[in-house]
Amino acid sequence: MIKAILIFNNHGKPRLIRFYQYFAEDLQQQIIRETFHLVSKRDDNVCNFLEGGSLIGGSDYKLIYRHYATLYFVFCVDSSESELGILDLIQVFVETLDKCFENVCELDLIFHMDKGGLSAAPARAVSAVKNMNLPEIPRNINIGDINIKVPSLSPF
Amino acid sequence: MALKIVKGSIDRMFDKNLQDLVRGIRNHKEDEAKYISTCIDEIKQELKQDNIAVKANAVCKLTYLQMLGYDVSWAAFNIVEVMSSSKFTYKRIGYLAASQCFHESTDVIMLTTNQIRKDLSSPNQYDTGVALTGLSCFVTPDLARDLANDIMTLMSHTKPYIRKKAVLIMYKVFLKYPESLRPAFPRLKEKLEDPDPGVQSAAVNVICELARRNPKNYLSLAPLFFKLMTSSTNNWVLIKIIKLFGALTPLEPRLGKKLIEPLTNLIHSTSAMSLLYECVNTVIAVLISLSSGMPNHSASIQLCVQKLRILIEDSDQNLKYLGLLAMSKILKTHPKSVQSHKDLILQCLDDKDESIRLRALDLLYGMVSKKNLMEIVKKLMLHVDKAEGTTYRDELLTKIIDICSQSNYQYITNFEWYISILVELTRLEGTRHGHLIASQMLDVAIRVKAIRAFAVAQMATLLDNAHLLTGNTQRNGICEVLYAAAWICGEFSEHLENPMQTLEAMLRPKVATLPGHIQAVYVQNAAKLFATVLRSQEGNTEGTAAQETSQLMIDRLPLFVQSANLEVQERASCILQLVKYIQKLQQKDVEVAEEVNALFAGELNPVAPKAQKKVPVPEGLDLDAWINEPPSESESEDEKPKAIFAKEEPKHSRPRHTEVDEKELARRREARKQEQANNPFYIKASPSSQKVYQDAPGVEHIPVVQIDLSVPLKVPGLPMSDQYVKLEEERRQKERAEKKKKEKKKRKEKRSGRGKKHDSGPESEEDITPAHMVDIVTEEMPENALPSDDDDKDPNDPHKALDIDLDKPLADSEKLPVRSHRPTEAPKSPAEDGDTESAAPQEPKKKSSKEKKEKKKDKEKDRKKSKEEKKKKKHKHEEGEDLLGGQPDEPAVQSEETNEVAAPPTSTSAEVSDLDFWLSNAPVPSNSQEAATVAAAAAPVPQEASGTAPDSEPDEPKDTETEETKSSKHKKKKQKKEKEEKEKKKKKKHHHHHHHSDGGGDESVQNGTVEEEEEPLPPMSNYCLLAENSYIKMVCDIQGNLQDGSQVVVSVIFENKCDSFLKSMEFNVLDSLNSKLQRPEGAGPHDGLTVPFQLPPGVSNEARFVFTVQSIVMPQKLKGTLTFIVKNEDSSTHEKLDFKLHFTCTSYLITTPCYSDAFAKLLESGDLKCSSVRLEGVNMPFHHLLARICFHHHFSVVERIDSCASMYSRSIQGHHVCLLVKTADQTVSIDAKCDEPSLLGNVLDEIKQTFSQC
Repeated sequence: MIKAILIFNNHGKPRLIRFYQYFAEDLQQQIIRETFHLVSKRDDNVCNFLEGGSLIGGSDYKLIYRHYATLYFVFCVDSSESELGILDLIQVFVETLDKCFENVCELDLIFHMDKGGLSAAPARAVSAVKNMNLPEIPRNINIGDINIKVPSLSPF
Repeated sequence: MALKIVKGSIDRMFDKNLQDLVRGIRNHKEDEAKYISTCIDEIKQELKQDNIAVKANAVCKLTYLQMLGYDVSWAAFNIVEVMSSSKFTYKRIGYLAASQCFHESTDVIMLTTNQIRKDLSSPNQYDTGVALTGLSCFVTPDLARDLANDIMTLMSHTKPYIRKKAVLIMYKVFLKYPESLRPAFPRLKEKLEDPDPGVQSAAVNVICELARRNPKNYLSLAPLFFKLMTSSTNNWVLIKIIKLFGALTPLEPRLGKKLIEPLTNLIHSTSAMSLLYECVNTVIAVLISLSSGMPNHSASIQLCVQKLRILIEDSDQNLKYLGLLAMSKILKTHPKSVQSHKDLILQCLDDKDESIRLRALDLLYGMVSKKNLMEIVKKLMLHVDKAEGTTYRDELLTKIIDICSQSNYQYITNFEWYISILVELTRLEGTRHGHLIASQMLDVAIRVKAIRAFAVAQMATLLDNAHLLTGNTQRNGICEVLYAAAWICGEFSEHLENPMQTLEAMLRPKVATLPGHIQAVYVQNAAKLFATVLRSQEGNTEGTAAQETSQLMIDRLPLFVQSANLEVQERASCILQLVKYIQKLQQKDVEVAEEVNALFAGELNPVAPKAQKKVPVPEGLDLDAWINEPPSESESEDEKPKAIFAKEEPKHSRPRHTEVDEKELARRREARKQEQANNPFYIKASPSSQKVYQDAPGVEHIPVVQIDLSVPLKVPGLPMSDQYVKLEEERRQKERAEKKKKEKKKRKEKRSGRGKKHDSGPESEEDITPAHMVDIVTEEMPENALPSDDDDKDPNDPHKALDIDLDKPLADSEKLPVRSHRPTEAPKSPAEDGDTESAAPQEPKKKSSKEKKEKKKDKEKDRKKSKEEKKKKKHKHEEGEDLLGGQPDEPAVQSEETNEVAAPPTSTSAEVSDLDFWLSNAPVPSNSQEAATVAAAAAPVPQEASGTAPDSEPDEPKDTETEETKSSKHKKKKQKKEKEEKEKKKKKKHHHHHHHSDGGGDESVQNGTVEEEEEPLPPMSNYCLLAENSYIKMVCDIQGNLQDGSQVVVSVIFENKCDSFLKSMEFNVLDSLNSKLQRPEGAGPHDGLTVPFQLPPGVSNEARFVFTVQSIVMPQKLKGTLTFIVKNEDSSTHEKLDFKLHFTCTSYLITTPCYSDAFAKLLESGDLKCSSVRLEGVNMPFHHLLARICFHHHFSVVERIDSCASMYSRSIQGHHVCLLVKTADQTVSIDAKCDEPSLLGNVLDEIKQTFSQC
């Protein structure tokens, strides 16, 4: 189960935050700070798994992250997830963003926050338990995107 | 009015939208907080307006601010307003905001119930979707209860997009409202076989998540998952299922046995690292569950370890990390196989990545032996010195202690070395684990008697240099060590060389800066030391020295009397008074030493941490009972004296009790001492030396002294443990040399030929004798301690509530609450409510069945009562079965038998016995038995197929039952049947190469058997011969892919028939316009596919190939070639084998269960074209016929009455195929309906062909 998806930049500024379990706002910020602290001091050539975020979960939870240019994509997941699977998922997520924004960069996420939230929608579907189907995700997003302009679109 | 609207929209143009807000925040980097607060003020203004667009914009901005950490809960009501907007764009913003900031204690949530219900039933799928996703984030117990039924309805929505989300959100609903699990479960289970892959994987995810927490309730699903695992091509789903199996195997070792083979196949064949890794993980779990060390599994372990080694050696740090992680699991049960990779793991200790180093540390735990412990710890100590981050250093520290102390200090041969390691560790600055070191010091000093003298000396040094430890940082955790040091010096003060000096050190004014609990120990142990000093001083001098000591105490103690810490204060003042009294006596020249010593006489024994918990409650003692009558509420004042009197009584009796106990205790103590004398808990160096120790008068004989001299005790700044390593090395060499001498002597004496012992080889474990004869005192436990090891679960875990037996039939009371205006109406099916226009086949049937029911009601009203009773009995029966089947070690054969003989009653029996059955026929040892087992396995199928018939006759008036119960029962039956069928297929797969000759050959077995239902069905196989030559034989089975309407999966079994090694097999097919072999990306349209394995002589293995087909209405033939290299010892030749792949229309059909009511509805709809066929001279029992159609043509029986049956199947592209099969006098007529006439014609032709063959 995915407990949270955090995207922040190299300075720890949150860019897209989704918690799938309720935390109060200040606690959320604290978690982001702690996660940033853990992740940012790691070299790029070390492994992408981290244990021991003390605020979220406990020993059952892992932080799985990837670093792209100026952004960190961090997934907090429990032991029922496949580690490599989540790494793939992050990759797919980023590719999807890339498709949506054409050469996605940090600014896209900043200025298209609403669409960013939207593209997290599949991830949000993932929320309840998570259902990742590689071909599925991009399709969903495209629909979501068009949906902004044309609300009633026939299904794919 | 109009003006107002215009004005509003013009105003809007000047409102900030989200982008402006973001831009603004970026432009106000220096006063961000101030800027945001003005923005929030603006938002508040905007929220006050009537225009919903303005509100939505404002809420959108708030969502962003919430992400930045601002509390927006004050806008909760506005969010609800936006959620209820009819425009999708606004609604979505509202739901997004709600999912971000609503939670269980948000009170406006209860306002949303109806809105959400409305959105859920909206005709627009996106409204429903957004409501579902939003709801998943803020569902509360109330919402879950109120909406569970609506969401359950959505699980059968026509759109997979909605079904998928509904399935996922059910998990959250279960968590919040556990009562919904049982009613919803049958439908959830059904979704495992949903035609849409997304829905299917959602269902797999939900069930996996549920099963992970309460695996035993989901054991009965194992066959279904097994089927999915062998048929699915979706790696995400496979990973989930494989993980689930990992959780199930510990409960059912037989499952593990069944899993090993397909898993190893996957490991060999998959190219996806993630899948490979999970497979390895589950194989490990299986191997752990099969702890009985079966010999043939060593190959699997070897395979796992090998694959993991590849992962660890990979340059990708992630793989390395995971490899180490999985390795540590193997370590627990098969340490030997991991130990051979010690080199690799030690190498990982030097990795630059901290996570990897930590994982390697975990593994080290299992790597140590008596021989290499010192070496490994030395290496770790080097790391401790180098490590920068405190967390890593702390981790190292705990690991060093873990490694050394594991299994009761099993690997430590020299405790002096260990103490010095501990002392060295105290020099770590800023560690959090001071208490850990302290407890180790205490433990070793108390339990290892021989080491006490040395330990005391070391501790005295520590105390002397306490200033080094406390240093400048007060909060330094390391000062905990002083706690241990002070206690050891006090308790074992008789070993101190210079107690006076230590006493002085303990009473230094600086001590007062230590934490309270440490000071308290200081004070108490100063008193102990004082007693020791007195004794030594009174003995030799004339008494002034003793008086000086008393004076020292009296001078220093007042400092502690003033302490703010209560404990310190109390102890200090007590002892101060005592010392003052002693001083008085000393001045009168009274010898006090003996008496003072008596204060601290006796030895403190270590007590096991769980000892208190394990004291058994004496018989007849009820701890919860009132000792006295509870005071009545109307207690008047007169009664009070009485109450006091009554209270006194137990007080009188208590001391008596303890007296008795004391005697008893003394007796027990004696017994325990005896017990300890022959306790196996000694570190046995060698049996002979043990005896020597026991005979020896005492500890004095231990050669401690010489080592003591070689260690510079007074310089705590220097590492000392290294010297021990050297010393140890020398000692061992010496020992070895001596042994050699002895052996030589022996050899000289006995000049027998077989004196070749491993004298020069590396010393084995047993050869290393400990430096000291060490007696490790065991921790004390109370007598008759309960051997329970209850690890308590977290009581707050929401999954605890989901520990529900899912196999029991549903009771009326368990139905989900349905919103209904007329409560008097007959109980509705949940699906009926709110979903009217749904075209899914499962939906409408409910109504029709109701109509049917009503008709029947009239007819059978009078018989109803007796039926009800019957049914009750049946339920009971089921439960009985349940209990029987639940017994885990029921012999496999027996369960098979019951299934066979008592078939009719078991047709509705509990799934548990099903599972038993499924599991029991996994391993088939020999060929001769095989045929029999196959027949036995096949036997229940016809009964199953016919099971519906006898069932539907006497039990048809199920109208008394609720709809849900009925459907769930139905489903169960269906699934069970399927299971069996599949399992049969499974069997075939297992043994295909013995009877793959297919139909013709086997069928002769059943000639001339026309009579009873009990008669077993001949074995059948779907694998048909594809091609064969002298090297290789290929048989194949073609199945439609459940998950993709345009895919067909061809499973080909390659069997090596020659004595040579077959390798580099390439499978290629000439694509037609309609059907194409799926090739990996980048491959040309004529490239062959490499078969992912090689075949040693006599071995067979299965590979799957996926084909894409466009039209499925016609059968097809594809030409193909298999090329391979035959490799002998001396030569290798290229060979090739041509084959023709025949895609029958049958292979596009998928066995799909269907209810009779849905079936009826389908036929009524009139969309289907009709066709029929007659088969003459079919000479087989009807149930065989049905089973044959089911098996070969992927149909399922909907209903069967006497010699007439309806059957259903579905093509991968969703065509419905319905059959009505009738038989009379060796003639079978099949009427068929299908929405695609040419498909139907071809299927019927194929059926005809099947029966013409027999």
